[in-house]
Amino acid sequence: MAEMTMIEAIRTALARALEDDDDVIVMGEDVAIDGGVFRATDGLVQRFGAARVRDTPLSETAIAGVAIGAAAHGLRPVAEIQFMGFLYPAIDQLANHAARLRNRTRGRLGCPMVLRAPFGGGIKAPEHHSESTEAMLAHIPGLRVVIPSAPAKAYGLLLAAIRDPDPVVFLEPKRLYRSVSEDVADDGAALALDTAFVLREGSDVTLVTWGAMVTETLQAATSLAAEGLSAEVIDLGTLKPYDRAAIRASVARTGRCVIVHEAPLTAGFGAEIAADLAEHRLTSLLAPIRRVAGYDTVMPYLRLEAHYMPSTARILDAVRSVMEFA
Amino acid sequence: MASTQAIFPTAVAACLDAAGHPQGKLPDFARDRGTLVAMYSDMVRTRTFDAKAIALQRTGRLGTYASCLGQEAIGVGVAHAMRGDDVLLPAFRDHGAQLVRGVTLEEMFLFWGGDERGNDFAGPRRDFPVCIPVASQLPQAAGVALAMVHKGEPGVAVALAGDGATSKGDFYEALNIVGAWHLPAVFVINNNQWAISMHRSHQTACDTLAQKAVAAGLPGERIDGNDVIAVRDAVRRALAHARAGKGGTLIECLSYRLGDHTTADDASRYREDEDVRPHWKAEPLVRLRSHLTKAHGWSKDEEDALLRGCQSQVNTAAERYLAMTPEPPRAMLDSLFATLPEDLLPAARELDDG
Ligand SMILES: Cc1ncc(C[n+]2csc(CCOP(=O)(O)OP(=O)(O)O)c2C)c(N)n1
Ligand SMILES: [Mg+2]
Repeated sequence: MAEMTMIEAIRTALARALEDDDDVIVMGEDVAIDGGVFRATDGLVQRFGAARVRDTPLSETAIAGVAIGAAAHGLRPVAEIQFMGFLYPAIDQLANHAARLRNRTRGRLGCPMVLRAPFGGGIKAPEHHSESTEAMLAHIPGLRVVIPSAPAKAYGLLLAAIRDPDPVVFLEPKRLYRSVSEDVADDGAALALDTAFVLREGSDVTLVTWGAMVTETLQAATSLAAEGLSAEVIDLGTLKPYDRAAIRASVARTGRCVIVHEAPLTAGFGAEIAADLAEHRLTSLLAPIRRVAGYDTVMPYLRLEAHYMPSTARILDAVRSVMEFA
Repeated sequence: MASTQAIFPTAVAACLDAAGHPQGKLPDFARDRGTLVAMYSDMVRTRTFDAKAIALQRTGRLGTYASCLGQEAIGVGVAHAMRGDDVLLPAFRDHGAQLVRGVTLEEMFLFWGGDERGNDFAGPRRDFPVCIPVASQLPQAAGVALAMVHKGEPGVAVALAGDGATSKGDFYEALNIVGAWHLPAVFVINNNQWAISMHRSHQTACDTLAQKAVAAGLPGERIDGNDVIAVRDAVRRALAHARAGKGGTLIECLSYRLGDHTTADDASRYREDEDVRPHWKAEPLVRLRSHLTKAHGWSKDEEDALLRGCQSQVNTAAERYLAMTPEPPRAMLDSLFATLPEDLLPAARELDDG
């Protein structure tokens, strides 16, 4: 066990995967000598060599396309897109190819690749560096979207993503890269994909979230406890395919649900969760489902960024409104 | 404005002229009758498949189909130059290449008939299926090449694309990374002069498409794409170059799309019959047949037997395709992931229950 930040846990998982499997390669812009702009790949080129830790040209379509071709021909590429805002040129490759290759060849060619990208706001980054567009990716059939919320989860989920025979987009909440640390065992153990984590058990209300918003959501749960309210906190972990059963089971017990995400409200992934509960747990619900989300606007520059990000106070307001409903 | 012609060569390599006369000494392989007959037979088989596919589409028994009429020499020449351990990444007009690689006629009918099983090739297991999003197969070819290098395999990734594809960012990004990483990848452009209704002359201000290789630090060549011997020879050399660790090549094959863009297209909206007619004189089958007849005594009997053979193979394959029942509906889920996620079980049950 060693205490690690999320960035260290990611680096440790990458090193473990490179160590365990010769078919794993790491590629992306500035991932080699520079160790990645967030240092996720720091030291890997020195350990595993430039053939396996590859600086790519500045070329997002090629990064995704090369990863697909290499994956289909037997490698397990872990490609990095430097920031989620620069992922769009890769979406053609992801949606039209990575997500479909196994299906359209009826299993003949697989695509065991991982595309990593830092995402989300809260670090006062320049324009285009703070968006959360996970719902766009989660809408693509055939693609897994995985989002860790803490160092140990980042380690275990990234190993699972790399070992998975299908393509995974691994979105790293960069606000959490260095803000928290915890004990992580570099034991090579993967965590289960498609499985939500119950971060805190509770009986009055279910709070569903993922990624960096786990922080504010847990803070809200702590405040609520002081008020005598017991909130269950669920971290989705995998957005697609997501663990509907865990959410349905929790809401069946609590009867109330607040969904928290940083991405804009409309057509965000919270809408999917709310719709699923409306379809399957209507009779359990004691109050309307509430979503606490980013506003339906362009991510503001850093001076207004804090006003955009869902705050603990907004989560508390939403929880109180569902508690007061009936 | 200075023409790029002044800077980049525009010569087009050919082995046979349009009448089938050798242009100088032919490459070694092209002096062997059996080799020439095999290539000719594959072009005839491709054209027979093409005609049948159009007929099936016109009678509602196949989906939208992209004819390769007049461009058979490109796919056939490319695939004849390739080895089994190479990997083909075709576009949607490369039926000749797929057939030579060992994709069956039945699989090809299945694909164009709207059945994913057509991509589950029994033969070339590592070859990619047809790529519809223009030029997007090219970065993937670079990835296949990277995997080959990584695994120490001697293969080369060979991707085909159209003239329109050379305007896409994917094309440039792929060429660039092949150059930067010295990858064993060969890109063959079927310059059939058209991208649906857009003539090549409007696609780019470049005089040639081959010159686009220069920007990526790669060799670029222009070949008469209606000359199967020239195509095969150019690809053979490019493959040897790549196998020797010297990196990729861009080959521009000049041809002409004699048919509509697809069965959903009506080319009379944007070009005249008079524009097309002269190109019939340069088409690839006539040319090789003339040469075979003059230089190798290819007889009328052999020609008739070949046509009959291709017709019967194609008809048999078409009958088998038509007789095949569609997959059960839940097949649309079964291969989405290696293991069906629990999340999809309700959908699977619903499809099972019909
Ligand atoms: C990215 C993309 N844009 C548009 C289309 C629609 N489309 C299909 S084929 C085609 C023209 C392609 O021209 P070219 O690359 O010259 O190939 P050809 O059809 O002549 O073989 C277009 C625009 C597509 N399939 N993919
Ligand atoms: Mg064209």
